[in-house]
Amino acid sequence: MFRRSRPANAHGFPMPAAPAAKTDVASYLSVNNIEVIYDHVILVLKGVSLQVEEGSIVALLGANGAGKTTTLKAISNLLRAERGDVTKGTIEFMGQRVDQRTPNELVRMGVCQVMEGRHCFQHLTVEENLLTGAFTRSISRADLKADLELVYTYFPRLKERRGSQSGYTSGGEQQMTAIGRALMARPKMILLDEPSMGLAPQLVEEIFEIVRDLNTKERVSFLLAEQNTMVALRFADYGYILENGRVVMDGAAQDLAQNEDVKEFYLGLSTAGRKSFRDVKHYRRRKRWLA
Amino acid sequence: MNWQFFVEVLVSGLLAGIMYSLVALGFVLIYKASGVFNFAQGAMVFFAALTFVSLVERGMNFWIAVVVTLAVMVVVGIAIERLVLRPLVNQPQITLFMATIGLTFVLEGLAQLLWGSQPHGLELGIPDVPIQWLADNANINISQFDVFAGLIAGALVAGLAVFFQTTRIGRALRAVADDHQAALAVGIPLRQIWAIVWAVAGFVALVAGLMWGARNGVQFALTFIALKALPVLILGGFESVAGAIVGGLIIGASEKLAEVYLGPYVGGGIESWFPYVLALAFLLIRPEGLFGERRIERV
Ligand SMILES: Nc1ncnc2c1ncn2[C@@H]1O[C@H](COP(=O)(O)OP(=O)(O)O)[C@@H](O)[C@H]1O
Ligand SMILES: [Mg+2]
Repeated sequence: MFRRSRPANAHGFPMPAAPAAKTDVASYLSVNNIEVIYDHVILVLKGVSLQVEEGSIVALLGANGAGKTTTLKAISNLLRAERGDVTKGTIEFMGQRVDQRTPNELVRMGVCQVMEGRHCFQHLTVEENLLTGAFTRSISRADLKADLELVYTYFPRLKERRGSQSGYTSGGEQQMTAIGRALMARPKMILLDEPSMGLAPQLVEEIFEIVRDLNTKERVSFLLAEQNTMVALRFADYGYILENGRVVMDGAAQDLAQNEDVKEFYLGLSTAGRKSFRDVKHYRRRKRWLA
Repeated sequence: MNWQFFVEVLVSGLLAGIMYSLVALGFVLIYKASGVFNFAQGAMVFFAALTFVSLVERGMNFWIAVVVTLAVMVVVGIAIERLVLRPLVNQPQITLFMATIGLTFVLEGLAQLLWGSQPHGLELGIPDVPIQWLADNANINISQFDVFAGLIAGALVAGLAVFFQTTRIGRALRAVADDHQAALAVGIPLRQIWAIVWAVAGFVALVAGLMWGARNGVQFALTFIALKALPVLILGGFESVAGAIVGGLIIGASEKLAEVYLGPYVGGGIESWFPYVLALAFLLIRPEGLFGERRIERV
C-alpha cells in the first residue's frame, strides 16, 4: 500500500517573492488572446485567454485535442521544439512579457512544466531524475540535499525507490518523480499536464492531494490540464473549458461543477466526446529527436 | 599450440582493441546525445593528429602542443555544432548523416590545406619494443607502446565514466540522451549540452589521433580508422559507452586471433574483413548490440 506522511511543517521552499514592481496587470500569469500555429499552417489555438492568480490552482479542462497541452506549452515555450509558434497575443508572468523566453529562462523565472505522459529520464535513477530538476540553480551540495529531503517528505515513496531506474518504476511513481523533479527547480508555478492519465482512481486522489499540499504549504501555483473534469474541479479554485482551441466557458470551480452543460458534456458523455478526437493524435508517434 | 604465443596475440589484440574503442567512443557520445551518426569522427581524429604533429614539428613544446590542439578540437567541435548541425535542427536523420559525410571531406581538406599532405612520424617517447621483464621471465613479447596506449585509453574511458556519472553536466548529458523534451522542460539548454558533447568528442579524437598516429604514422589513412570503429559500434550498440569498450576489445582480440590461427588456411588477410563478418553475424542475433539500450517499455 502506498502511504503518505504529511510533513509536520513546511519549510525550505521560500514564499514566492511578490512582484517587485506592481504593474497594472493584476494577474500572476496572464495569457491574452493567443493564437498558436504548428508547422506554419495548422491553427490550433484560436484566441485563448486565461488568468492564474498567485497561490491558486486553476484547471484547464476539455476533451482530447482541445488544445490544453498546446496552451501549457505556449506558456513554458516548449512549443518551439514542436515547430509551434505563438503568432498572436501575449503571455505575461509577474508583469513581464515571457512569450519570447526560452524554456531555460522560464524555469529560472519559476515556471516549470510537468509534461503529459510524465517523461521521466528512463535510464536515470529516481534520485538522478530529481537532481536534474535543479540544473538551472547553482547551489551547494548541502542545499541540494536539503531540497531532495523536502521532496521526499511529500513523496516518501520516492525515497524508497531513489536508487531504481526510473523506467522500471510504476506509473504513479513516475508521476511523482516528474512532479518532484519540477519542485527541485523551486518553481513559483507548475504547469501540470494530465497528472491523472493512466492512474488508478485512488492514486489520482493521492496525487491531487499532494498537489493541494504543495499549493498551500509551499505556495506553488498550479495550472493543470485535465480530462478528468470532476477530480480536477474538486481540487481547483477556478476552471477554464477549452473546445477546439477556444475557451468556451470559465468560472469558479464549484460553479462549473454544478453547471448542467458541464455535467452533461464532461461527465455523462465524456467518453463519447473523447472518442471522436482520438484518431487525430497519431502524429505524436512521429519521433522527433531534436528540439 | 604454444601458449606464450597465444597470450602475445591475445594481448596485442586487446590493446589494439582498446584503441578501436577510443574511436568508437567518439561516435557513441554524439549519437547518444543528439542522435547524429557522426561520420566525420575519423576525419576529426586525422585533423587532431595532423595539427598536433605539425605544431610539434614547428618546434612547439610537446605539452603546449597538446593543449593548443585540444583547444583547436574543442573549437572545431563547437563550430560543427553551430554551423552544420544547428541549422539542420528538425531535419530527418538521413540529412544530418549526409551533412556529416560532407563534413568529413571538408575536415580532411582543411587539415591538408593547413598542414600539407605529406605523412609524418609521431614520437610520443614510448618505444615500440617488448617489455623486457616479461620477455625474460615468461618469454612473452608484449609491446611497451601498446601497453602505454591501452593505459591511456583506459584512463580516458574511466575519466569519462566518472564525468558522466557524478557531475551535474554529466547527468544533464545523460538526461538529454534519454529525453530531449523533458530535458528542455526542466531547463537544460540543449544547445549548450550539444556543444559540450562535440567538444568532448573533439578531445577523444585528439587522444585517439595521438595513439594511432604514434603507432601507424600520421597520414591520410588515419581517417579510415572510422571504418574500424563501425563493427565495434554494431557489436557494442550505438548508444552504449560500455558497449564501445567491450566491443572494441572483442573486435581487436578476435581479428588478431583469426588472422594468426585461421589466416593460414585461407591464405591470410583475414584481419581486414573478419570484424565485419563478426559484426554482421552478431547483427542477426542481437540487432540492438551487446549493450545497446533496450527501450524500457512500461507505463
Ligand atoms: N506538434 C504538433 N503538430 C501539429 N499539430 C499538433 C501538434 N500538437 C498538437 N497538434 C494539434 O493541436 C490540437 C490540440 O492538441 P493538444 O494541445 O495536444 O490537445 P489536448 O492536450 O487538449 O489533448 C490537436 O488536435 C492536434 O491536431
Ligand atoms: Mg494533452
